[in-house]
Amino acid sequence: MTGWCGKILRIDLDSSATDILRPDPVRYEKFIGGKGLAGSFLRDRITLAWDDPAAPLLIMTGPLVGTAAPTSGRTTIMSRSPLTGTVTDCSVGGRLGFHLKRAGWDGVLITGRAANPCGIVIDNETIKLVDAVELWGADTATVFQRLQKRDNSVATIGPAAENGVSYASLMVDRHHAAGRGGIGRCFGAKNIKYLVVRGSGRVSVHDKAELTAAREEILRLAAASPVLMGEHGIARFGTGALYDLMDARRMMPTDNFRRTRFAAAPGLGAVAYAKRFQPKQHGCMGCHIRCKKVTGHKNRTAMPEFETMSHFTALIGNTDPDLVVRANDLCNRLGMDTISAAATLACYRELEGEIDLAPSLLALLEQIGTGSTRLGRELGEGARAFARKQGRPELSMDVKGQELPAYDPRGAYGMSLAYATSTRGGCHLRAYPISHEILRKPVATDRFTFSGKARIIKISEDLNAVVDSLTACKFIFFAAGPEEYARAFSAVTGMTITAQDLLEAGERIYYQERLMNAANGFDDRDDDLPARFFKEPGSGSAPGTPPVDRAAFLEARRKYYRIRGLDAQGRPTPEKTRQLGLA
Amino acid sequence: MKNLVDKFARKIVQAGLADNPLVCGLDDELVWNRSDPAAPMLAQVVANMRINSLICAEPAEPYRSILRFLCRNRPATINPQDCETRTFLHDLPVTDVFSADAVLSRLRYRKSVIICDEDKVRVISFGTVSPEQAFVTLSSVCFSTFVLFFSRLLEQKRAGSLDDHALNLCERIRPLVTPPARKPPRLATGPFSSIRDAAAAMVEAGRQTVNLGLVDSYFGNISCRLEDTICISQTGSSLDELARCIDPCPLDGSSCTGITASSELTAHNEIYLSSTCRTIVHGHPKFVVILSMACDRMNCPNRGQCHVRCDRARFIEDIPIVPGEVGTGPTGLCHTLPPAIRDRRGAIVWGHGLFTTGKIDFNEPLAGLLAIEQMCRRIFFEEIGATG
Ligand SMILES: [Zn+2]
Repeated sequence: MTGWCGKILRIDLDSSATDILRPDPVRYEKFIGGKGLAGSFLRDRITLAWDDPAAPLLIMTGPLVGTAAPTSGRTTIMSRSPLTGTVTDCSVGGRLGFHLKRAGWDGVLITGRAANPCGIVIDNETIKLVDAVELWGADTATVFQRLQKRDNSVATIGPAAENGVSYASLMVDRHHAAGRGGIGRCFGAKNIKYLVVRGSGRVSVHDKAELTAAREEILRLAAASPVLMGEHGIARFGTGALYDLMDARRMMPTDNFRRTRFAAAPGLGAVAYAKRFQPKQHGCMGCHIRCKKVTGHKNRTAMPEFETMSHFTALIGNTDPDLVVRANDLCNRLGMDTISAAATLACYRELEGEIDLAPSLLALLEQIGTGSTRLGRELGEGARAFARKQGRPELSMDVKGQELPAYDPRGAYGMSLAYATSTRGGCHLRAYPISHEILRKPVATDRFTFSGKARIIKISEDLNAVVDSLTACKFIFFAAGPEEYARAFSAVTGMTITAQDLLEAGERIYYQERLMNAANGFDDRDDDLPARFFKEPGSGSAPGTPPVDRAAFLEARRKYYRIRGLDAQGRPTPEKTRQLGLA
Repeated sequence: MKNLVDKFARKIVQAGLADNPLVCGLDDELVWNRSDPAAPMLAQVVANMRINSLICAEPAEPYRSILRFLCRNRPATINPQDCETRTFLHDLPVTDVFSADAVLSRLRYRKSVIICDEDKVRVISFGTVSPEQAFVTLSSVCFSTFVLFFSRLLEQKRAGSLDDHALNLCERIRPLVTPPARKPPRLATGPFSSIRDAAAAMVEAGRQTVNLGLVDSYFGNISCRLEDTICISQTGSSLDELARCIDPCPLDGSSCTGITASSELTAHNEIYLSSTCRTIVHGHPKFVVILSMACDRMNCPNRGQCHVRCDRARFIEDIPIVPGEVGTGPTGLCHTLPPAIRDRRGAIVWGHGLFTTGKIDFNEPLAGLLAIEQMCRRIFFEEIGATG
C-alpha cells in the first residue's frame, strides 16, 4: 500500500492501553481517508451520548497527506457534537496530518476517559500518555509556548473546552482552529488537554513522476484562479478578501441576520486590516497558497478569517477592527469557535434590544470561556439553548443547533438549501455554493433561483466529502477539480481511479453521515432554516432582498431528498444504503 | 433548468459550433432541448455520473472535417498544446464507439469525449453546476483541434513534409475559414468619464469581439481605465454577455471586490501603469494562436517549453510573441506581457491569444485585434502556398 500507512493508532484512555488497527484495504478504497474513514469508525457508536467515555474521538489524515499533492496537509477531527448531537467533523490545517503520516499513522482513534488531565505524545512509533494536570486551565497560547517545536505539531484545547463551552474548539499549531461543533469539548470530556506529534519517516508514493505531472496541472489551475492567486485573492489577503464582496452583494449578515447590509463595512475589509496590521503570510504544510495571515508584530497572532471579520463586526454592530483582532485572539486563546461565539452574542444583543456590545465584548468572551459568570455559562451553551432559556427560541440563527456563518441565505438560494441539508448543522463548507453563486467557479449560477440547485448541492456535498477525505483543502477546488485530484490520488496510491469514482466515494461518505444523524432521530424537521429568512427581507436596493420563498425552498429540499436517495422525511432508505455499500 | 438548456443550445448554434446540438439538464428530472433517438443512451450516461448537464453535438464544418481527420488513425487521445487544452482539458479522449459504456469510460475521467464512427463525428461534454461548462468544453475542443490541425500543417510545410490529405482538407475548408475581409464596426467613442459609460462601451466591444469570431466561449477579457479605477470583465464571463459582469477595481487597491475580476487583472493593471493606454481587449483569434506556436528552431533547448520559456525575441511583423501562462504564477503572462506590449498595438501570448490596447476607447483595440488576426491568416495561407 502506498499513500496510506495502513495503520491506525487506537488509544483507550480507560485502561491507558494502545494498540494498532490495520484496516482492510477495501475499507480504504471505500472511505479514502480523513472524513470518510473517520465516519466508518464512528458510525456504529454514534448513538452513544457525546460524553459517553465509549464514544470515539477520531483524528484522521488522508492518502495525499505528506506527499507532493498540493494543499493536501489537512486533518479531520470527528466525533458526535456536544452542540448539535449530530456527527461533527472539522478539517483543520497546520502540520498535524503531516507529522501523523510521517510518524506512520493514518489516524488516531481515542475512546475512554483519562482519570486525570493528560497529554498524548506520539513520537513516531512511541506513544506516551503524560500527565497534564499542570497545564489544565492554561490558555492555548501557553500550551503552544511550552510544547511547540520546529519539528512537531501540537493540538490543544483551551479553558473553554474544560469549562463546558458547547462550541469549544481544538487549536492546532498556534493559528489553526478545528473550530466548529464543539469538537474541543470532546477532548475535554476525555480529559485530554493536548496532543503532540512528531514524525520523521517518509510517506511512500506509487509513481513520483506521475504525481509531479498532476501537481503541475493543479498549480497551473491555481495560478489561473483570481480568487486564489489574483490581485485581490486569498493568497494575498486571506479569506478576508471576501468581505468587500459580501458587502457589495448585500449579503453580509447584520444585527443577528435582521439586515444584510452593514453601513460601516466599506472601511472594514481586508485592505484595511492589511494597512493596519501588516500581516505576514502563513500556510499549512504542503500548501503554496498560504491564505493564513498572522499579525506582523512580534507576538504573532492569527489574523481573523472572513467569517470572524464579518460576525465580529456586522452581526454584532461593532465598527472597530482592533477589537475584531483582539476578540479573535481571545477566542483562539480560550479555545472557542469565533462563528458560534459571535452569533450567540448577536442573539443575546437582539434580546437585550441592540445594546452596544463593543465595550463589553472582550469581557463577555472571557466570561464565556472561563465560565466565570452565569451569563457567560449560559452563552457558552450556544445560541439555540440560550434563546430557548430566554423564551425567545426564534432569535437563534442556527441550523440543527449550530450557529450560521457569514453568508446571508436570502442572497444565495443554493446556500440556503446547503445550510439546511448540512450534516453538521449551520455550515457553509459542506456544499460551498458560494463558489458558483458568488465566486463564479467553475462557472457562475444565478444566486436568486432554486432551479437546478438541489442536484448542484448534492454533487458539491459529495465533492467536498471527498476533498475532506483526501484530505485536501477546499479552496484549491475553486481552481482544480476531481479530475486533477484523481490523477494525484492514482499516482500516490497506485489505484487507477477517475474523477467520477472519487465523487462516488464522496456520495457514500456523505450518505454515511445522513445514516448517523438518522440514527439519532434527525429528519426533515431539522433540515430547515430559522423562520426569519422566510419572513423578513434583507437589505438589498429598495424594496430590499426578498425573504426566501418557503414553498420554493421546500420544493428544492424535496428534490434534494429524491436526488440524494432519502425518503420524504429526509431519512436514508435501505435500498440506497445497500447500493452505496453501507448496509 | 429548461431555459439554461435552451440558452446554451442556442449559443452553440450562434457560435457556429454545431447546427443541431442535443443538450440536457438535470435537477431531479432530465430535460432536453429537443427529442433525439440518442437521448435514451445519453440519459444512461447521465444517470451513471455525478453531473447536471450534458451536450452531444455533431460539430459544424470545418470542425467536423478537422476532427475526422485527426481521428483517422484511431488515436486514444488527441493532444493539442494550446493554452486552453493545457490548462483546462489536458487531453481529448477519442473513441469510435457511440455507446454508453464507451462514452462513460472517457467522461468519468475527462471533460469531453470525441466519438468518430463511420457515420458521424460527435463531441460529448458535461457540466456539474451548469450546461455552460459543457458549452465551454465543446467550444474549447473545437478551438484546440482547429488550432492543432493548422499548426501541424505549418510545421509540416516548414519541415518539407506536407501531407497530401491534410493539404486537401485545408484547401477544402479554406473558404470557411477565410471570410471576406470585414471592417471593424464603429463603437462608442471615448474618452469615458464614468463607470457607467465605460461599462456600456465594454459590453458593446465585448459583443463585437465575439461577433467577429475573435474569441470563443467564456475566454477573453476586456478592461477600461478611468481616472483611478479599472473596469474589467469578471472571471468566467462571456464577452457577449458582459452586462452585470464588470468589476470596478480601484487602482489604489482600496477594495477587494475585484476578487471576481478576470484572472488577467494583474496584467491589465501593469499595462495601464506602464503606459498611457486606456483600454485593453484580449481575445483568442485562431490564426494568431496558430502562428504563435509555429517556431522553426528545431534544436532550441526550450522546445516543448515554449509556453513558459523563450529566449528569443519573436515577432509576427511588428507584433511580439511572448511565453506566459494564465494568471499570476511565476511563469504567468503578467510578467511577460506588459513589457512586450509597451509602445505597440498588440502582443501575442504563445499558444493562447492576443492583447491589444487603445488610447481612448475600444475602436482602436478591436480594430487591432481584427487586423492582426487577418494579417496572421494571410501570412499563414501565403506560407502554406495553397491555391484557392
Ligand atoms: Zn485568454
